[in-house]
Amino acid sequence: MDAKRKNNKAWFLVLPVVFVVAFTAIIPLMAVANYSLQDIQGADNRIFVGLDFFKRVATDPNIQDAFARNLTLSMQVLLIQIPLGIFLARLMPKSGWKASAALVVVAIPLIIPWNVVGTTWRIFTRSDIGLGGVLVNKFTDYNLSESTFDAWVTILVMDTWHWTPLVTLLVYAGLRSIPQAYYQAAAIDGASAMAVFRFVELPKLKRVLMIALLLRFMDSFMMYTEPFVVTGGGPGSSTQTLSILLTTIAIGQFDIGVAGAFSLMYFLFIQIFSFLFFTVLTLDERPGATKVTPKDKRKLREEKEEKPVNSKLKKVLK
Amino acid sequence: MTTMIETSAAGKKISRFRIDLRSWLFWLIMAVWALPVVWLVSMSLRDNADILSSFEVIPSKISLDSYAQFFADPSWIGSYMNSITYTLLNTVLSLLVALPAAYAFSRYTFSGDKHLFFWLLTNRMAPAAVFLLPFFQLYQAVNLFDTALGVALAHMLFNVPLAVWILEGFMSGVPKQLDEIAEVDGYKFGRFFLTIFIPMIRSGIGVTAFFLFMFSWVELLIARTITATAAKPIAAQMTRTVSASGLDWSLLSAAGVMTIIPGVIVIWFVRNYIAKGFALGRV
Repeated sequence: MDAKRKNNKAWFLVLPVVFVVAFTAIIPLMAVANYSLQDIQGADNRIFVGLDFFKRVATDPNIQDAFARNLTLSMQVLLIQIPLGIFLARLMPKSGWKASAALVVVAIPLIIPWNVVGTTWRIFTRSDIGLGGVLVNKFTDYNLSESTFDAWVTILVMDTWHWTPLVTLLVYAGLRSIPQAYYQAAAIDGASAMAVFRFVELPKLKRVLMIALLLRFMDSFMMYTEPFVVTGGGPGSSTQTLSILLTTIAIGQFDIGVAGAFSLMYFLFIQIFSFLFFTVLTLDERPGATKVTPKDKRKLREEKEEKPVNSKLKKVLK
Repeated sequence: MTTMIETSAAGKKISRFRIDLRSWLFWLIMAVWALPVVWLVSMSLRDNADILSSFEVIPSKISLDSYAQFFADPSWIGSYMNSITYTLLNTVLSLLVALPAAYAFSRYTFSGDKHLFFWLLTNRMAPAAVFLLPFFQLYQAVNLFDTALGVALAHMLFNVPLAVWILEGFMSGVPKQLDEIAEVDGYKFGRFFLTIFIPMIRSGIGVTAFFLFMFSWVELLIARTITATAAKPIAAQMTRTVSASGLDWSLLSAAGVMTIIPGVIVIWFVRNYIAKGFALGRV
């Protein structure tokens, strides 16, 4: 691959983006920073309070609970949706009109406005008029406005319904980029379905899976609309996500100092997380990246101990 | 020799059977997946009294009253058109600013390019809730509160980084030699970019437009915060009905179905590129 040319005039091409993002991101963030450092009591009555609001946010039990709750939710989301997404993508038809139809059907939950996703599930899970609610009630008592467990499971199922298609489409795209010859080589070697997945598909999917993980973590960590419409964060605060809590503090209670500090810490956490992911994602593309990591060493060791079938398969692939 | 051929033929039969089974399993799962939306459609086709009086899996009488009401009431059809307006405006504006930037990132290195790229991406990761209060004040201060342009601008917060990201992926797929040959042939940059480069990546632009449309169309929190009546999105109209006493489930479902339609149309147009968009453009 030829190297990109160094040309600082390229800045002129990115200027419009910089202006737009400055208007939509930097100015508002500066305002947030402003709120977080001062106690604003009136138009010209503001007291500089330093990091007081940050301390209050860090020690507020409600915020700590919401943080732990949201982190749990995100982990459960990843544990369910990534494997399920891979499973569905491998089942998807590979060519012809069936593949087109499958793509459209799979993508539908993604283009439904988030509050309509909430409304759809609110109707679907009602025990009087909803198909899902009525069906589940035949087997077990189901009431999402009273049972915290029911509410939690409903949110999790709804999010899985809503976002697994994203993982599926990503993985499907990754699978499509694997040359047919790889599968043929594996078939000649008599590799099992498991071996094909582990040694042919998984290495090629690494990149899309990282993206899927990143997007699903971020989006579930910022989830607001769907649980807000279905449960309103309840019963109690059992399904209250960080975004719901933040909105309550900022707009409901109009406690803008605390909300500002909360916003900055929330944003910072996501920034750090996305920075880690971004670094990991682009590790292979960097010049002079260390080639042999402990993981590679383990892989090399495993290769030596592999069954002959797999090593033969690998040789064919090379 | 013959035994080998026989076993391979048998193997083929088994594998075809397995593929059929997999296909059936897939469509079965999709049928279950579709249930909530099918239920929404079914609710929208019955009138409210009917919904509340009897539980029916297959509706016994169909009524299109809710849709008629949706199209007759200016607050419903008006807010629907508002949503379409700001979504299209956002798609066009985001593409306009993202195209040159994506080109710069895919073709050149310049001081601070990596930092800028990463910083752009972090905006895609910004929780919308963080921006509510400042957006409310900012858009009022610049007289863009409750306008379609205001919502379109606000949605550029997460859509512009996304557009740059996807387009950069597509543009990097076009060999750099193309630019050099055009330069040698005496093309000015502007003419090259508009008449040669953009047509080459039009499928990429289509896919990007799809994602921009989608993410602007589905967002509610920001759109609701910076609008009141004139540019009120359909999503906000729906939540306001939810909080009113006496829910009209039928009308709510009809509105829900209406919000799904534009997305389905857009998907249908880009269906052949979606997978490619995901792979190349790393959405």
